[in-house]
Amino acid sequence: MARYVLKKLLYMLLSIFVLASATFFLMKAIPGNPFQSEKNIPKAIQEKLYAQYGLDQPLWKQYLNYMDNLVHFDLGMSMKQQYVTVTSIINNGFIYSLQLGVFAIILAIAAGLLFGLISALNHRKFLDSFTIFIAVLGVSIPNFVVASGLQYVFGVKLGWFSVAGLNDPTDFILPVIALALLPAAFIARLTRSSMLEVLSADYIKTAKAKGLTGRVIMVRHALRNAILPVVTYVGPMTANIITGSVIVEQIFGIGGLGKFFVNSITNRDYTLIMGLTLFYAVILMLARFMTDIAYGLVDPRIKLSRKKGG
Amino acid sequence: MSEQVFKAGDFEKLDKSEKRSEPIVRESISAWKDAWIRLRSNKMAMASLLVLFVIVVLAIIGQWITPHDYQTNNLSATNQKPSSEYWFGTDSLGRDMFARTWMGAGISLQVGMYAALIDLLLGVVIGGIMGYFGGRVDEILNRFCEILYSIPSMLIVILLIVVMEPSMFTIILALSITGWINMAWIVRGQIMQLKNQEYVLASRSLGAGPGRILFRHLIPNAMGPIIVTITMTVPSAIFAEAFLSFLGLGVQSPAASLGTLINDALKAMTVYPWRMLFPAVLISLTMLCFNIFGDGLRDALDPKMKK
Repeated sequence: MARYVLKKLLYMLLSIFVLASATFFLMKAIPGNPFQSEKNIPKAIQEKLYAQYGLDQPLWKQYLNYMDNLVHFDLGMSMKQQYVTVTSIINNGFIYSLQLGVFAIILAIAAGLLFGLISALNHRKFLDSFTIFIAVLGVSIPNFVVASGLQYVFGVKLGWFSVAGLNDPTDFILPVIALALLPAAFIARLTRSSMLEVLSADYIKTAKAKGLTGRVIMVRHALRNAILPVVTYVGPMTANIITGSVIVEQIFGIGGLGKFFVNSITNRDYTLIMGLTLFYAVILMLARFMTDIAYGLVDPRIKLSRKKGG
Repeated sequence: MSEQVFKAGDFEKLDKSEKRSEPIVRESISAWKDAWIRLRSNKMAMASLLVLFVIVVLAIIGQWITPHDYQTNNLSATNQKPSSEYWFGTDSLGRDMFARTWMGAGISLQVGMYAALIDLLLGVVIGGIMGYFGGRVDEILNRFCEILYSIPSMLIVILLIVVMEPSMFTIILALSITGWINMAWIVRGQIMQLKNQEYVLASRSLGAGPGRILFRHLIPNAMGPIIVTITMTVPSAIFAEAFLSFLGLGVQSPAASLGTLINDALKAMTVYPWRMLFPAVLISLTMLCFNIFGDGLRDALDPKMKK
């Protein structure tokens, strides 16, 4: 197990290094530099600016500096907002995105498991086809359509919720639903198909033959095994929630990381784009890392096959 | 029991008529035909296929069947509601939304299809090489894929488009750079299962080279999962393009994709909600049909997985 964890950790660090280098060189590959657009700056000031941001140094030295700063969690200054560091932007915005994300994940898992179970237990009945159709719909409708639809119907037309902002606890409801719909639908489909597979397995027949009650079989035997594929989905789900949060925050006017990300791209604020990209990447990779570890812990078969394979 | 010894006289020739004593009465059904029969009985999947066909046809001819084209501004008729003159209304510059919606659908579909096509080519070749040769080659390529895959693909795509100018070509390119890995892994897994089958041995003993075995024997047999993966790639590429449009990194005006149309409409949604309606319904319907059809195709091609 320790070896497995170490290997995954090493991979994660390597990937972060590759992405950090790639972002650096990609941003350097853009023709021109951020100060070229300013009109007629005196040469002395321009040189001063270059020196301030280290742009007068050779590329390899800039790269080393950048890497050195990264190790110290220093992502540099925003190029468009004066005197604001990228780290402080992340500090300010992350709390909103985190709250939204965590609520959405809880809702997605709870609703997904529930509907998946309902569907599997009513296999080939109306309730099954109905939930499965809703789930396909949930996977298919892009989240910006969901978010703007919810906003229009419940915010503008019915006026049940405020249209934008996060000032009131009820303000969380619409954005969280918009974020959770797609992962919830996906989890429902996963739970349904793995539950159906598990229910026809031999050990369920054995459990029934032993005379165990339906509920014990469901919870102790079936659900525990059916939940395995759902565990692997935690990584991709984090990715979904992050891309979703970029959209949902923009639509509902929430000042989280996603909104800063969209703005940084529209303003071509390169240091902010780089910083936020790396930050998102680290979160995603941590989520994937934890998924791998969790999977190794939940499913003993994984460990065995790893040992055999070396 | 004593050992039986056959002599030449023990055998006699059968009459020719006996050869047809047990004819196969029913027409033989190939695996593809079998899959088609299963698919045809899936009403939802066939309905999706029909809807997709209609969408594709309208995406091709849609902008020509109205008297208005997609890029002419008409500042005396901005933000019109749908009417007999402008079937889907007009946008903030008075451009006809019917023409723009179908042209947008065309661009979104093209992005999805080209991205899927490039994924297919790269994925099949690289996955095929990985699976067929195995060993060192497989290990190196697999490590490379794992590292590339572990970097969140959407972030790479965004970075690439920020650096390159956004256009249909760069969006397809950026989507394909990470998209092929999934396909490669699926092909690799299939080839690894198939390559020890007897028909491969037979072909090899007849002197076939790796290229012939791979492309004439192995890939055709792995076609089922490959096709299913393609149908799933198209909607995810369409969604990815819409997401990029949302960030302002989609195709640039006057051209439009469904994503850019939705993004434009979003800015004025509280005032002119109908501008949002048609592109949003169309993109959802397209993705829904691809998903349902993909599910049906998977059930049809792989009966083992059918639940």
